[in-house]
Amino acid sequence: MTRSKDFDFVGLFLWVFRAVILILIVWGTYATIADNPYETRTWVDFIIFGLAQGSMYALIAIGYTLVYGVLFMINFAHGEFFMAGILTTTVVITTPLSESGFLNEQPILSLLIIAISSMAVSIFISVLTERIAYRPLRKAPRLVPLITAIGASYFWQNYFRGLFGSGIKPIPQIEILDGTIPLDFLGTTMLKSHVLVIVTTIVMLIALNFFIMKTKTGKAIRAVAEDKDVANLMGINVDQTISITFATGAAMAGIAGVLYSLVFRQVHFFMGFIPGIKAFTAAVLGGIGSLPGAAVGGLLLGMFESVGPSLFLRGLGIPAFNQLKDVIAFTMLVMVLIFRPQGIVGEVLSEKKA
Amino acid sequence: MSKRVLSILGLILVASIALVACGGSSFECEDAIGCVSYAEGEPVRIASALVITGPNTQLGLDSQYGVEVAMSFQDTLFGHEIELQAEDDGCNAEGGQAAGQKITSDPSIVAIVGTSCSGAGVAMSSVVSEAGYSMVSPSNTSPVLTDPDIAWHPGYYRSAHNDKVQGAAIADFAFNELGLSTAAAIHDGDPYTEGLANAFRVSFEALGGSITTFTAVVVGDTDMRPVLTEVAAGAPEFIYFPVFTAECAFLAKQAGEVAGLEGTVLAAADGCISADAAAAIGEAGAGMYFSGPDISFTGSLYEDFKAEYTAISGEDLLSVFHAHAFDAARMIFACVEEVGVEDGGDLHIGRQDLRDCLSATSNFTGITGSLTCNDYGDCADPKITVSELVDGEYATVWP
Repeated sequence: MTRSKDFDFVGLFLWVFRAVILILIVWGTYATIADNPYETRTWVDFIIFGLAQGSMYALIAIGYTLVYGVLFMINFAHGEFFMAGILTTTVVITTPLSESGFLNEQPILSLLIIAISSMAVSIFISVLTERIAYRPLRKAPRLVPLITAIGASYFWQNYFRGLFGSGIKPIPQIEILDGTIPLDFLGTTMLKSHVLVIVTTIVMLIALNFFIMKTKTGKAIRAVAEDKDVANLMGINVDQTISITFATGAAMAGIAGVLYSLVFRQVHFFMGFIPGIKAFTAAVLGGIGSLPGAAVGGLLLGMFESVGPSLFLRGLGIPAFNQLKDVIAFTMLVMVLIFRPQGIVGEVLSEKKA
Repeated sequence: MSKRVLSILGLILVASIALVACGGSSFECEDAIGCVSYAEGEPVRIASALVITGPNTQLGLDSQYGVEVAMSFQDTLFGHEIELQAEDDGCNAEGGQAAGQKITSDPSIVAIVGTSCSGAGVAMSSVVSEAGYSMVSPSNTSPVLTDPDIAWHPGYYRSAHNDKVQGAAIADFAFNELGLSTAAAIHDGDPYTEGLANAFRVSFEALGGSITTFTAVVVGDTDMRPVLTEVAAGAPEFIYFPVFTAECAFLAKQAGEVAGLEGTVLAAADGCISADAAAAIGEAGAGMYFSGPDISFTGSLYEDFKAEYTAISGEDLLSVFHAHAFDAARMIFACVEEVGVEDGGDLHIGRQDLRDCLSATSNFTGITGSLTCNDYGDCADPKITVSELVDGEYATVWP
C-alpha cells in the first residue's frame, strides 16, 4: 500500500508489539512447562474453573451482543441487569425459601422459583431502562445513548444500594449443590455448582439459538438488526422488537446472576460492574453482534483468566501472578483488536453497522 | 459599570479591610505552619476520614461512633462546642486523597481522626502533612506508614498497633502454639494487607518455618480458586490471608472447595473481623483463626464508653477499632486543651504546637492502654490476640 512511498511507523510498532507479546507468551509457557510446578490434575482444575467462569461471562455477553446487533449501541447498564439478578436471588433464597426450610426440601422447585423471579426482575428493569432512557434518544448521535447507558448503570447501582444496603450479604448453601462429583477419567473432581453452571449455560444457549433462529419473534429481531426501516415497512413493530431484544439479553443476565450467586454465595451491590466489563470484553473478543461469538468469547476469556496466569506469567518469574489475571484478559482484548478487529467469530461489518 | 459605582465599591472594600484589621484582636499567630482560630460561639471543628461506604462500612462506622463518644464525653473545648465533619476514605488511595484534599481545603478544621485503611492513609497523610494539619489514625496498621524511609510524613500519628507486632504474633501462634512449620500468605496489594502478610512472612521464617507461597488476589475479584490452587501446589499447613471483608470471605469459603487444602488451617486478620464478615464467612469459619487487636478492655471508662456507643449508634459494637478511635480523638482534645490560646472569647490553636504536643504524648491513659508516641507517630500500646469464630461471635483463644 503505502510502503513504497513512506515508512509506516505505526505499522512497524504494531508488528513489534505483536512479536513481543507472542515471544513473552511462548517464553513464559515454555519456562512454566520446563519447571513443571503442577500435576496434570491441577491443570484440569484450572480449565474447569475457567469453563465455569467463562460460561457466566458468555451468558452476560449475549446481552451486549444482542443489543449491539439491533441498535449498534453498547449498553453499559447491562452489568446492572446481571447484578439485579444476583440481588433478587439473594432476597428470594434467604427470606422466603431458606428460612422456611423449603429450600432444601424442594431444591429443584426452589431453583426454578429463584430463576424465574431473578429473570423477571432483570427483564423488568432492562425494559424500563430501554423505554425511559434509550428509546427517546434513538435518533440522537451514537455517543448520546452511550453516555446515557453509563448514567443508567450508576442509577441502578445506587438504586439497589439504597434497597439492599452497601454491605456484603451471604447466601446459604443449597444442600444438593454442596460437594463435588468425581470425574475419574480426568483424575479430578468437579464442584456440583460448577456442573449446574455449565449445564444451565448449554441449555440456555441452545434455547436462545432456537428462539432467534426458529421463531417468528426471533426472525423479527434479525430483520430489525438487518435494517430497521425496511423491517418497519414489512409490518414489524420495531419498538416492540427492540424491547424484546433487551428482555432476551436481560433474561440471560438474570440467569447468569442466579448462577453467580449460587457459585460464590456472597453478594454486594457493586458486583455487576466487573463481570459486566469482562463480559463486554468477551463480546468484543468473540465479535460483537455475533451470538456464537459471545459464547466463544466468554468461554475463552474465562479459560485465559484461569489458566493464563499460571501458564504464561509464572514462567516469566512474576510474583503474585494471579493478581494479573485482569491484565491477561485485557491484553487478550488488545491482541484481538490488533490481529482481528472483527473478533474471533465476527464477520466484517458493513459500513453502516461499523 | 459607571465610575461612581466603582468608586463606592472601592470605598466599601477599603472600609471593610480597615474594620477587619482593627477588629480588636490582639492575637498574632507565630506558629511556623499557621493557626486555626475560632471566634466566640464558633464550634471547634474536627474531621474524620473513615470508610463509611462499601463492604468495609462496619470497620469505619465503628470508629466514627468511637469519635462521637469521645466528643460527647469531652462536651466542649474552652467553652466551644465540638463539631465533626465526617468524610469517607473509601478504603483506597483515591478515597484517601480526595478526603485529604477536601478536609485541608477547609481552614476551620483543627485535626483529623483517620483513615480507616492503610491504603487510604498513605495517600492522605502526604496531603495532610503538606497542608500543616495533624491526623491520628485509629486503624492504620501498615508498617510503611510510620517508616520515615517509605511513607511517614510529619503530622501523622496512630493509636492502632503497627503490623510488625501483629505479624510476629500470628507467626508465633502458628509456629509455636499450633506447631505448624509450612505456611502460605496471601495479600491483595493494599499497603495494609501486603505489609501484614510480609511481616508474617519475615517473623515466620525467623522462627524457622518456611513460606511455600507468597501471593496476591485482586480486590473486587470473586473467583479465588485459581489462586488457592496455586497455593495448594505448595501444600502448606497454614494459610494467612490478611485481606478485607469480601475477599477474605471468598477465600475462606473457596479454600474448602480446592483439592489439597482440606486439612489446611486458615487464618485472617482484623480487616476481616466484623459482624458482616462473620455472616459472610458463615460455616466456612469453623476451625479458622483471626488475628487482631485485643479488645477485651476492662475498666469503668470502657463500660461508660459502651453505654454511650449504644446510645449514639443504636447498635452493638460493630468492629474492633472503636476504642482506638476514641483514644485518637481524646489525644487530639487533650493537646488542643494544652496548646489552645484564649483571647477574649476567641480560641487560637497553632498547628505546629498541636503536632509538637501530639508527638510528646506520653503515658496517655486511654481505653486501649497507656499511649506513648515515638518519633514517627506510633503511639499504640499494642496487644494482639487470636480468636476463633464460634456461632457468629469472635472468641479469643490465644494468648
